Amino acid sequence: MNGALPFIAAAALLALALGFLARRGKDMNLEQWTVGGRGFGAIFVFLLLAGEIYTTFTFLGGSGFAYGKGAPAYYILCYGTLAYVLSYFMLPPIWRYAKENRLYSQSDFFVRKYDSATLGVIVALVDIAALIPYLVLQFKGLGIIVEIAGYGAISSTLAIWIGAVVVAAYVMVSGVHGSAWTSVAKDILILAIVIFLGIYLPFHYYGGGSMFAAIDQAKPGFTVLPPHGESLWWFSSTVLLTALGFYMWPHTFGSIYTAKSATVIRKNAIVLPLYQLILLFVFFVGFAATLQVPGLTGPDIDLALFKLSVKTFDPWFVGAIGATGVLTALVPGSMILITAATLIANNLYRAVDPSADDRQVSRLAKLLVPLVAVVAVFFTLKGGETIVALLLMGYSLVTQLFPSLVLSLAHRNIATREGAAAGIIAGVATVAAVSLTGANFHTLPWLPAQVQDLNIGIVALAVNFIVLIVVSLAMRLAAAPAHAAAE
Amino acid sequence: MRSIRWLAVVPFLALIVGPFFVNRAAPLILGLPFLLAWIVAWILLTSLIMAVIYAADPANREGEP
Repeated sequence: MNGALPFIAAAALLALALGFLARRGKDMNLEQWTVGGRGFGAIFVFLLLAGEIYTTFTFLGGSGFAYGKGAPAYYILCYGTLAYVLSYFMLPPIWRYAKENRLYSQSDFFVRKYDSATLGVIVALVDIAALIPYLVLQFKGLGIIVEIAGYGAISSTLAIWIGAVVVAAYVMVSGVHGSAWTSVAKDILILAIVIFLGIYLPFHYYGGGSMFAAIDQAKPGFTVLPPHGESLWWFSSTVLLTALGFYMWPHTFGSIYTAKSATVIRKNAIVLPLYQLILLFVFFVGFAATLQVPGLTGPDIDLALFKLSVKTFDPWFVGAIGATGVLTALVPGSMILITAATLIANNLYRAVDPSADDRQVSRLAKLLVPLVAVVAVFFTLKGGETIVALLLMGYSLVTQLFPSLVLSLAHRNIATREGAAAGIIAGVATVAAVSLTGANFHTLPWLPAQVQDLNIGIVALAVNFIVLIVVSLAMRLAAAPAHAAAE
Repeated sequence: MRSIRWLAVVPFLALIVGPFFVNRAAPLILGLPFLLAWIVAWILLTSLIMAVIYAADPANREGEP
């Protein structure tokens, strides 16, 4: 037993307690369980939409990226901000359509807009393929946090199992209400911890305001984008791609449905960019660690925040940081679990058995929760370093839904259901081919250096869009004479 | 007043095209490298721009559901 463990245990118990309490007074039908009865006000929607910012990936990965690479980490600040600008215009029509048609999932949206159950199945499969690695990443982060912050008293394997049981239990009982309640605790804690660390550590090690000057002296060029590799071209193309993909994550998309009104969503577009700035303090921690705990390389850069914390603070405070980290894994994890289970029950099972009613689908979704959790634990314990690669692949996968989704919001949709399906499949195939072969523009030395640095995801999106337009036009041309003849 | 919505293009220009012109460490602004200070400034301005768009948007006033 050490000073850190009680805090970490308290975080798990707090999540469990809040998660169970969230159920009170609700009849947990599918609409309550998945989309909170579409009754969430500004604060809950804000916290669910902001949930994407503070996952273990940003807590560990954001500071680790700043520690290991420096300026390229700034991209995380930029893409969220631009995604929020897009959200003002893009999300209200999605919300309204979902409410009018009583939709539960992202896949439902495509089913209705394109009047195609097949397209719904394709979207659901893409979603699940992207969600599982994301869940694996949360569990893996959880394991790392508990092992380091607990000074090795609890192995990461045990921590992952405990975390999975806790999150699956409260998700089964309370659904998205549990996510919303636990996210309140998570965001209060992380705000306090991250702002404190981001201010205290630079002052403690460098004195007021001179940290970046010291870093620039020790590592010239570390605080600006490098001329090659993660260059300006990489930066801009990655910011654009990830901004477009941001709301395509099915669990983030699903949190739009929980809103009580469209005004709630538009109001959030003002505040979320400011909230995003908290990440600046996460970067400060990473930068502070660069000169203080040097030597971490490869996947170990993600440990920077905790290594520096262990070096600086008493065990009880490291425990408090660890407790916060545990919540950053559990809250997004719970939303991913709800979304994945809903997709399987509502969009895959119901496609096979259309006679299933909401009650059966709801029961199936809840039963699927522990199953999905166990699958993710299995991949977490088996998987190696490829998980970050899988996450980036997940991001590229969900971004492929963007063209057909945005086009479907127009008054007259130029995409047909065949075009949408063909575009998504072509884009996903490109992502898979690129990810599996490890290809990128650097393998094509005849390209100009600027083009070599572009994010390869641009290609998949371009392929997707071209196929979508070509197939849609072809279908319309083929249908036009038949249509004229019929009239 | 719908044209005021086009202000939303500005953050995209500032954060996607802008870095090409401000990829410098010096001068430090409030202790931040110039590029990072530029990004932070534009995040603050983006919030302001969204507030202006929100205030001018009739959809937020008619008390729609």
